[in-house]
Amino acid sequence: MIVDSSSPAPTKNSLLLSSEADLQRTQTPYVTGTSVIAIKYKDGILIAADMGGSYGSTLRYKNVERIKPVGKHSLIGASGEISDFQEILRYLDELMLNDSMWDDGNSLGPKEVHNYLTRVMYNRRNKFNPLWNSLILGGVKNGQKYLGTVNMIGVHYEDNHVATGFGNHLARPILREEWNENLTFEEGVKLLEKCMRVLLYRDRSAVNKLQIAKITDEGFTISQPYSLKTQWKFKAFENPTVGAEGSW
Amino acid sequence: MDLNSGDLNSPLSTGTTIIGVTYNGGVVLGADSRTSTGMYVANRASDKITQLTDNVYLCRSGSAADTQTISDYVRYFLHQHTIQLGQPTTVKVAANLVRLLAYNNKNMLQAGLIVGGWDKYEGGKIYGVPLGGTIIEQPFAIGGSGSSYLYGFFDQAWKEGMTQEEAEQLVVKAVSLAIARDGASGGVVRTVTINSEGVARKFYPGDSLPLWHEELEPHESLLDILSTSNPEPMVS
Repeated sequence: MIVDSSSPAPTKNSLLLSSEADLQRTQTPYVTGTSVIAIKYKDGILIAADMGGSYGSTLRYKNVERIKPVGKHSLIGASGEISDFQEILRYLDELMLNDSMWDDGNSLGPKEVHNYLTRVMYNRRNKFNPLWNSLILGGVKNGQKYLGTVNMIGVHYEDNHVATGFGNHLARPILREEWNENLTFEEGVKLLEKCMRVLLYRDRSAVNKLQIAKITDEGFTISQPYSLKTQWKFKAFENPTVGAEGSW
Repeated sequence: MDLNSGDLNSPLSTGTTIIGVTYNGGVVLGADSRTSTGMYVANRASDKITQLTDNVYLCRSGSAADTQTISDYVRYFLHQHTIQLGQPTTVKVAANLVRLLAYNNKNMLQAGLIVGGWDKYEGGKIYGVPLGGTIIEQPFAIGGSGSSYLYGFFDQAWKEGMTQEEAEQLVVKAVSLAIARDGASGGVVRTVTINSEGVARKFYPGDSLPLWHEELEPHESLLDILSTSNPEPMVS
């Protein structure tokens, strides 16, 4: 068993003798988080994610924090395999530590952190041993807002609003319609909640317990976990098959 | 993203939670309301408890198409049977018709069914017809992927000879517990109670169900929480 994730290139002999050549190949995820959504707003960035850690189709863990701070200027949100996210947090911690050891008065901003993550994700992908995540990196430095995303195959881009997983299909269309660059904090929160509610209705792996995080030039805050109200009392829901027995 | 290929569609369980329970006087059938295509919830308020006759209903789990077709055929046969017989069908006959279709087409169907109803000869009866077309009469039956989470619960909570209220509460509690843990179940809880007096349908919207472990009271928005609870609900 090898502890270090970077393995030496297998020699011809070892390939024949053992399974060492195939130590780690594209895995399957076990405990996974679902969508993360994020928007730029007037004062900075807002990120929302639920606190679910699914184990296949079981909603196993309901207190998983999927949004974490990175240094003073950034927040990272992750979907996908939670253990890989925890490893990424360790890498980022080492990155920020080495950066502060320079003691040069500079500190890594969100753009740099995003670039670092992109390199990590892409290089792992090239070795057929990906970190099974889709990440959102948002932050503010010197008044400049930054919001980017990178996933397990190394696809990365920035935008005014980003999402992972199902959020791309369900939340982005709403954000395209309703986002503007002068959203207040309240408007931003309401917009994200609107998206999260849709995800709650339509994503099987969504869990009704979420956190919304904000980051501005002043710093970051991550809300306490809370739940959203949902609407079920529509007349159409009460007896949908009257007159059409056997339908759904 | 390739998530967990295989475990969602393992042959023994299929998306949904369905329950049928007998009590002294009749039966209570219950189900969730989530219909999914892959990870997308295609219908969040579906009705999985289908009428076969005035006194016999069917809980459907598995392929929506397969179970709808089976119920359509059985309803058609039972309609004729009722006319020929001159009186309401028995639950046993209805269940056996379901079984015949499920068994004789077992290679093509993916249907886990619970037949429940009341007739004057046997009173309230529940028959499980799982994948493969076995028929099994039971005092209570659970089915669908959500049922995995309920075996322990029913082992502990089931009692012979409950009242109608007790049975209904048990069913709603059980479906609600399954919804909390099964991603393939969700939405509202629907119940159908069948006894000598007739049939009563009930509807329990998602926000009226009890909260379980690690579930929180719902709010309209974070903004309401921030404005009521100061100074520090946010953690930096």
